[in-house]
Amino acid sequence: MRQERAKKAIKYGVLAVLLAAYIFPFFMVLVNAFKEKVDVIKNPLSLVGEKGFILSNFPDAMEKMNFFRASWNSFLITGISVALIVLFSSMAAYIMARENWLICKVFFSLMLLSLAIPFQVLMIPLVSIYGGIFGILNHRATLIFMHVGFGVGMSTFLFYGAVKSTIPLEMEESAALDGCGRYRTFFQVVIPLLKPIIATTVIINTLNLWNDYLLPSLILGDSRLHTLPVAARVFYGAFSSDLGLLLAALVLMIIPILILYLLLQRYIIEGVVAGAVKG
Amino acid sequence: MKKKKKFMYKALWFTGFAGPAVICFSLVMLVPFLYGIYLTLTDWNGISAEKVFVGMKNYGAIFLDTAFWNSMGLTVIYSAISVVLINVMAFGLAYLVTSGIKGQNFFRAGFFTPNLIGGLVLGYIWQFVFSRAMVSAGQNLHIGFLSSSWLSDPIKAMAALIIVSVWQNSGFMMLIYIAGLTGVPKELVEAGVIDGCEKRQLLRYVILPQMTSSFVICLFLSITRCFMTYDLNLSLTDGGPFGSTQMASMYVYQKAFVSKNYGLGQTEAVMLFLVCAGVSLLQVWIGKRNEEAEV
Repeated sequence: MRQERAKKAIKYGVLAVLLAAYIFPFFMVLVNAFKEKVDVIKNPLSLVGEKGFILSNFPDAMEKMNFFRASWNSFLITGISVALIVLFSSMAAYIMARENWLICKVFFSLMLLSLAIPFQVLMIPLVSIYGGIFGILNHRATLIFMHVGFGVGMSTFLFYGAVKSTIPLEMEESAALDGCGRYRTFFQVVIPLLKPIIATTVIINTLNLWNDYLLPSLILGDSRLHTLPVAARVFYGAFSSDLGLLLAALVLMIIPILILYLLLQRYIIEGVVAGAVKG
Repeated sequence: MKKKKKFMYKALWFTGFAGPAVICFSLVMLVPFLYGIYLTLTDWNGISAEKVFVGMKNYGAIFLDTAFWNSMGLTVIYSAISVVLINVMAFGLAYLVTSGIKGQNFFRAGFFTPNLIGGLVLGYIWQFVFSRAMVSAGQNLHIGFLSSSWLSDPIKAMAALIIVSVWQNSGFMMLIYIAGLTGVPKELVEAGVIDGCEKRQLLRYVILPQMTSSFVICLFLSITRCFMTYDLNLSLTDGGPFGSTQMASMYVYQKAFVSKNYGLGQTEAVMLFLVCAGVSLLQVWIGKRNEEAEV
């Protein structure tokens, strides 16, 4: 019995130390964001700088990295893209799961195969086609369109599995007998039953798109359109010596996500697990 | 006539439901993928109107581009070490977290936190830790190997990248291992206990064989993520010092968008993809074979 207890204590100890190590970098950034630049350089490990606890880094960083504009851009682009991904891929998955047509099989297999293609293979052709030939870079709509194109493969796959395994065919048949057309059956009978997988899709895609750097940086050259990660990169280049400001900018980018995580923790983790294991 | 009608019926319903998804998917993935293969056969510089067709010349040229193979070598070393450490760490965490302690959800959520934030920001966070916080600690406590920035030494900078990649990815893989561990049938474990298995034997002969598919998924994901690392590489070391940590993704980016050699850049991107796909498929194949051998 005593041995059991000792073992348990060791487990807690190991986990607590590891967790502290995992959180430590965030903690360092948070502490130093409230210090003057000299204090950050002189002693980054102290909790409070010699010049005291200051807040001025935050408004400064917000102004210089155009925090609100970048947040708005990120919000708009992520929100619209995710909504379209969910709508488009649930519809596509529905017809692909319910009909045995050749064209359904062809596109479903192509989407499945596309999951293996890394973005790096597509970035040069994308810039060549949409920048070189059509000249439509530097629009939010172009980025949204590309996010949707990259997102539908995985999401269609997730919805396909859900339609096949959780939606009883009899329900759709009885809806059809009651005179529902195909669209009405889909939106009023199928969609409500897909709620759990919709949540999964929204969570996975939101995390991906909100944090994406490479694609937005290639598409949006105009600084007025920059999303948060792109704005952060530019800000880092311009103010590389002003440590307090840089750290405040990092805190500004992390805190909203952490607050959301605290509130929705269970759903986020379940969504990520569902997406990863099925994918 | 009837056949034609049936075709129209299919075409209409397919476009009505799958049209938007299929169009976006084709224009963003299919067409660029094929166009990318065409680009590898040209010497386009990204600006001029004409793309001169050069046949297989680019494929020959990559073998002479030693800088590319250098970055590929770095990528392979980085990926090999990271993948092993990520999975050891992730499995260890999953095992500890599910070993019947209280606060399981709290620990699970805590270790997952880095995955909520993009690689770019994570790299900047650690840049501060490595170049300021650790140096300060090293100097105050007189620890030699900490008292100068790791990011200014080629080997230590690579170590830094690996540490951050393990920190970033292990929480994600841990979730998959937790799902695998909780999916092992209770009866099997109980039968093992009745048969007098010790903890270690239980893990080796009862639990691990049940988890082959978790290992296959985690290895696959960590291999592809490590091979394609870009954001973290950019913000933590920016390829430095002296290009010693410039990995393949970043090299391809530079080749195309900085040196304006789209044709060769694309050829190297395809090469990187083929190497990565080869390694991950080999891994899946070995995993599948083991799974069959166990059954």
